[in-house]
Amino acid sequence: MNLSLRVNGREYAVDVPPMKRLLDVLREDLRLTGTKEGCGEGECGACSVLLDGELVNSCLVPAVQADGAEISTVEGLSEKGALSPLQRSFLKHNAAQCGVCSPGMLVAARWFLDGEGRLPGESAREALAGNICRCTGYAAILDAVSEQEKPARRARRPAKPKPMPKKPARRSTRRAVAARQARKPATARRSVNATSRKSRRSR
Amino acid sequence: MRGLLSHLEVGVPATVEEAVTCLGDGRTWLPMAGATDVGVWLNAGRDLAGPVLSLHRLRPELRYVSVENDRLRVGALATFRDLARSEGLRARVPMLAEAARTIGAAAIQNRATVGGNIANASPAGDSLPVWLALGATVELRSAAGVRRVPFDTLFVEYRRIDRRPDELLTAVQAPLPPGRARQYFRKVGTRRAQAISKVVLAGLLETDRGRVRSVRIALGSVAPVPVRARRTEALLTGAKLDAALVREAANTLRAEIRPIDDVRSTAAYRLSVAGNLLAEFLAPA
Repeated sequence: MNLSLRVNGREYAVDVPPMKRLLDVLREDLRLTGTKEGCGEGECGACSVLLDGELVNSCLVPAVQADGAEISTVEGLSEKGALSPLQRSFLKHNAAQCGVCSPGMLVAARWFLDGEGRLPGESAREALAGNICRCTGYAAILDAVSEQEKPARRARRPAKPKPMPKKPARRSTRRAVAARQARKPATARRSVNATSRKSRRSR
Repeated sequence: MRGLLSHLEVGVPATVEEAVTCLGDGRTWLPMAGATDVGVWLNAGRDLAGPVLSLHRLRPELRYVSVENDRLRVGALATFRDLARSEGLRARVPMLAEAARTIGAAAIQNRATVGGNIANASPAGDSLPVWLALGATVELRSAAGVRRVPFDTLFVEYRRIDRRPDELLTAVQAPLPPGRARQYFRKVGTRRAQAISKVVLAGLLETDRGRVRSVRIALGSVAPVPVRARRTEALLTGAKLDAALVREAANTLRAEIRPIDDVRSTAAYRLSVAGNLLAEFLAPA
């Protein structure tokens, strides 16, 4: 079939079998390989993309159902070549280890933070429950997302006259993070994670 | 969805009328809504008996949740997020809104449909005990007209509902439970999200001066199809709801259902949990 779709604001037209997975259309036909395949059965969320603004598992979307749709993938998150605040927050919190879940995590987190499809009382934890991290970095991931959640919430509330104490902007380089962690008494779990990460990297 | 899929024929009807015309042409069509089950089968390499009928263009006709005039009516293409988001449903049928919120996770809830969950008829389908407890009816459309099938006779055998090949499941409806009725839904699985249930129990209870006026108890994952616990219901109906009755009801339920050992759980665990869930549901307020 002739499939037309708009991905990250750009129009595409490709000839594909109607039951080809959206995931494969993105990766093979459009060469947008940021979206990953994890389980291929809708359990892990690695292939998460937005289809007409709704979070979906692209491994379970047949091309025929994406015809004419607006798709957003991880490649669309950056702004004019610069990482988005959410992506920078992931870096700052070391919210990636092997990185396979990251594109899906970022897209699901973006969808959650935008708030359109959110259920009453839904937390980041519930919204991201379909995104599995095999390296078990959930605490860092949720830290990265919830830090982005606060400004949006504050904006929705009526402005308060109370002045906020000014803090110097934190640099988000890896060295700055490491320095901060060294300064702060880290929890036991965190320091174990940090060591295992470092030792894996050096191997 | 790899080698085989390039040969698959897909029909894309634009209206319900076009869809039932297709279904009536004598071929074995597989209706596909959100593809959260069909996609999994294809990814696992399963071959399909015939062409696929993709229903996505029927959304304007079949995607709605209506709570009014003492009736709940849900279009077959309503998603579980649609159910969880519906304010009317959360107010009047919280057990269905809660069930919808426990199915898969957000990305599945955004795609998986009410009609698909029913037509696929998994014994572990989480919405199915709720429909049973509500006393719901499905509507099946064909060129010959509309046929209504109550949930009590809908599940014919493992993963098969009473639907002819020329029929399309278009809607579900149920009377709205009275405001004073107690509603209960609980799913027990390995984790809250993405887990297929070990036991699901949905219940609807009306009492009158301490006595059970009416009760419906439905369970999933304890039999080849979702079931009502009719002996337990009979024991409870008209009886005084106290701790002794709750104990007796839990024992009756454990004698009435015959769960199996499988990859997700054991019969013994399921029996034990089913009785506990019933006791939680009936616990004197």
